[in-house]
Amino acid sequence: MIPANFQYTRAGSVDEAIGMLKQHGDAAKLLAGGHSLIPAMKLRLNQPGVLIDIGSISELRYIRKEGNHIAIGGGATHDDIANSDAFGGGLEMYPQAAGLIGDTQVRNKGTIGGSLAHADPAADWPAVVIASNATIVVKGPGGERQIAATDFFTGFYETALAEDEILTQIRVPLPAARTKSAYAKFMQPASRFAIVGCAAMITSSGGTCSNASVAMTGVGDAAYKASKVENALKGKSLDSGTIQSAAAHAADGAMVMSDHFASEEYRTHLASVFAGRAISAAV
Amino acid sequence: MTYIGKSVKRVEDVRFLTGKGRYTDDIKLPGMTHAYIIRSPYAHAKIKSIDTSAAEAMDGVVAVFTGKDVAGVNGVPCGWQVNFKNGDTMKEPPHPLLVADVVKHVGDNVAMVIAESKEIAKDAAELVDIDYEELDAVADAAKAVKDGAPLVHPDAPKNMCFDWELGNPKEEVDAAMESAHHITKLEFINQRVIPNAIEPRAAIGHYESAGDKHTLYTTSQNPHLTRLLMSAFVLGIPEHRVRVVAPDVGGGFGSKIFHYAEEALVTWASRQLNRPVKWTAERSESFMTDAHGRDHVSTAEMGFDAEGNVVGLRVKTLANLGAYLSTFAPCVPTWLHGTLLQGLYTTPKINVDVTGVFTHTTPVDAYRGAGRPEATYLLERLMDTAALEMKMDPAELRLKNFIPAFDGVEQEGYMTQVALQYDSGNYHKVLERALEMVGYEDFRKEQAAARENGKLLGIGFSTYIEACGIAPSAVVGALGARAGLYEVGQVRVQPTGKVSVYTGAHSHGQGHETTFAQVVADKLGIALDDVEIVHGDSESVAFGMGTYGSRSLAVGGSAIVKSIEKIIEKGTKIAAHKLEAAEGDIEFSEGKFTVKGTDKSIGFGDVALTAYVPHDYPAGLEPGLDFSSFYDPANFTYPFGAHIAVVEVDKDTGKVSLKRFIAVDDVGNVINPMIVDGQIHGGLAQGIGQAMFEGAIYDEDGQLINGSYMDYTMPRADDLPSFEIDRTVTPCPHNPLGVKGAGEAGAIGSTPAVVNAVMDALSPFGIKDIEMPLTPERVWRAMQ
Repeated sequence: MIPANFQYTRAGSVDEAIGMLKQHGDAAKLLAGGHSLIPAMKLRLNQPGVLIDIGSISELRYIRKEGNHIAIGGGATHDDIANSDAFGGGLEMYPQAAGLIGDTQVRNKGTIGGSLAHADPAADWPAVVIASNATIVVKGPGGERQIAATDFFTGFYETALAEDEILTQIRVPLPAARTKSAYAKFMQPASRFAIVGCAAMITSSGGTCSNASVAMTGVGDAAYKASKVENALKGKSLDSGTIQSAAAHAADGAMVMSDHFASEEYRTHLASVFAGRAISAAV
Repeated sequence: MTYIGKSVKRVEDVRFLTGKGRYTDDIKLPGMTHAYIIRSPYAHAKIKSIDTSAAEAMDGVVAVFTGKDVAGVNGVPCGWQVNFKNGDTMKEPPHPLLVADVVKHVGDNVAMVIAESKEIAKDAAELVDIDYEELDAVADAAKAVKDGAPLVHPDAPKNMCFDWELGNPKEEVDAAMESAHHITKLEFINQRVIPNAIEPRAAIGHYESAGDKHTLYTTSQNPHLTRLLMSAFVLGIPEHRVRVVAPDVGGGFGSKIFHYAEEALVTWASRQLNRPVKWTAERSESFMTDAHGRDHVSTAEMGFDAEGNVVGLRVKTLANLGAYLSTFAPCVPTWLHGTLLQGLYTTPKINVDVTGVFTHTTPVDAYRGAGRPEATYLLERLMDTAALEMKMDPAELRLKNFIPAFDGVEQEGYMTQVALQYDSGNYHKVLERALEMVGYEDFRKEQAAARENGKLLGIGFSTYIEACGIAPSAVVGALGARAGLYEVGQVRVQPTGKVSVYTGAHSHGQGHETTFAQVVADKLGIALDDVEIVHGDSESVAFGMGTYGSRSLAVGGSAIVKSIEKIIEKGTKIAAHKLEAAEGDIEFSEGKFTVKGTDKSIGFGDVALTAYVPHDYPAGLEPGLDFSSFYDPANFTYPFGAHIAVVEVDKDTGKVSLKRFIAVDDVGNVINPMIVDGQIHGGLAQGIGQAMFEGAIYDEDGQLINGSYMDYTMPRADDLPSFEIDRTVTPCPHNPLGVKGAGEAGAIGSTPAVVNAVMDALSPFGIKDIEMPLTPERVWRAMQ
């Protein structure tokens, strides 16, 4: 449990961190809460030459309402989100999902930006940001870019983030009226990551679904938008039969993973079960 | 009694909870070096070459040792011999400190890098170039005994270490089974679990050329045994030149009983280098190299007559021993397993057949309960399954077959068909109490109503007995132990009347510093604070067999009581002299020696002072007040209990929720109820952990694929309900405290209760068995 040698530097601002990233190139790795990176380093699966600690950059740690969206700083901890009252009116799944991450220690240190940038295929946040149609704001030497959450996760631990960029903000649009959301997760019992997780945001009018946004995590190599499920809900009456038959499409098109906690067949089944539970809870 | 029977708060917890415990890894010695062990990444491979030159050249590296360097040193010995049925001795292949030729499990020791820091040692280890030729491996005991399976040791054909049989002759049992009205048969895997003590193993070797003295600090449950094994069998160092210290130890669950290669390696290396050498396991090493537990494949059949009386039991077990024989490995599946198959029942004919099997896996040895949980699992799964098959109530079926109550004093102990004589028991009482606590009749109504609503509720029973307080030396000697299993207790009264107690038992979580002090303080009529309990150092404690098999109070406590009796006897002589009375007229109580029927008395402290300042003293009596005793128990002692689990199964996911857990245990007399409750709670969590969560997984190549806390599921507080526990008290008739043992009871009884409850919940599906752990996927699959 001893990592390989590395250099440690602490950045005081986002711009300073970007400068350090540029200076050290491939050898550098950003350290936020450290709850994914440090264990990997201890097992020597990851051996960065330089750690740039962005954990104390105060300009990254906030949750605030800005016009028609909620802005979450990349440095906001899971615990910050779990205890925030900024997520009423359809974004309830944010504090709910935050409260299901790891344990108290992990929630106190781990950050949403770190989790999204790490892109663990079983992490909770990717499903939540996709389902809430969030925009990921990143900053690099060339300035700021905005990436739709649906385009952010590009594969197994892979994202659209460039090597010299920092994830600075998650911008979550305020949902339409009569919108509710929920996150449902089947936990891997040892790590408490998601074997499957489903984030669902449903807008309804008189019992009919006017809009549905559903995303899955833990199922395949990256979180994805479950479009078939959404389409099977939109315009339909939100009874349990409709929900169940829509949820049955939760793993459609995914390359479903298999491990000793859940085979491909069982995980596919769980995807439907938890899509159904998340949607039901969001109605 | 001021202290006995009271929930005195644990005196050791002050230092543990304020971070002032002193564990092996906390010890820093001048000039200390740090060792890192390079371990085999393969389950079975030939070492073609090792190049250590780059590592040796690295700054800060002190030495790199390989198998060639320790060629002159013996391997790690086994402490228990089991013979083949034909009388041949078991196969006992060498277990080298560092492997020179063929590695036999993932984690096998290959080389040791010693450096000025552990960071340097680990970095240097990456520079050691080892060329392996990978060979076929076998991890599974059932596959290992098949023709053509890869051999772990060339001189152990079919990978057999021994075969062994106990009980009534097989023909008699076969005949009983043929006469049976109904036979329940199950094939089980009692899966391999990993002990997971919170403190990883660690060892420091410290050789001092002045005095030619070797000191080993180690995370051990029995430092004296480690000293004996290491000095006499491995390193060949005279025992009086070796001191072994086991300071504060953070949990063992059996895994720290055994003498491990790393202990001998650091001791040996310290002498080579003339500097202290410290090694501390990383968590991955704990997963790979702490001796594992369980791993049985069994077929068990229980025969019943038409009324539901058990008429016979036939068990055949393959026990996976791993790649080498750990210290007590052969004893666990045989004498600690076969002998418990009587259970609480009057079964008239029992035959058990066990084959010990080598595989390319981490060695397996005693783990909390050691053999007894495996026996209990067989019996109790058979009982609930038989009840279901015969359409009888599982509680009724047990009550019908229980051995009638006996106290071991008025009524004789119960002689089993499998070599043991139970000391005392009242089995109906524990089950009846547990049924009352669970509200059995109401539960069955609730269950029926839940089923109508599509909810799967289940109840499961387990009524167990265990043999602990290990053990009469002559008995275990006859069964193959290469050691006696008595205990040593020295009571040294200081001149001021304060008392130091030296025990050969070792506390690594059990709370001996409190429980033993409660006994001593009450027996001598002094304050708890006036008693100090010393353990874990071969230099201060004369000898000891250590702590395992729920033996500390029953055996170690009894040794202390024997010494206290000698103290009081001598004190009486001194008091009689001082009080000018006849010895026979002196009585001792509440810390005072009194002339019977008078108010003439002398306090314990004054007697102690007189013993050390013997100016006015009985003629011919030695000064001092300090006695040591060896206590060799007359028998094992036999705690028992009834456990009931209530579960709900999620139909959609297969996830099991444990709703209630009731445990009524009888551990004999109780000194500290809070500590006993704690032991029961911990045991229950471990037993439930095996039923629902835990299990080592090896793949086809012998790789351990869940050797981390990201992959190996430990039970957590939020997985468990608030336990509902109670006790009955049936004293042990043969030790002076009347105590049995509480350390393993929870882990022995709880596992089958949970599995039985899940099977009860799933009975509408016609499911009879699911392999442990009962993961959601396994349960879901069974329902499909």
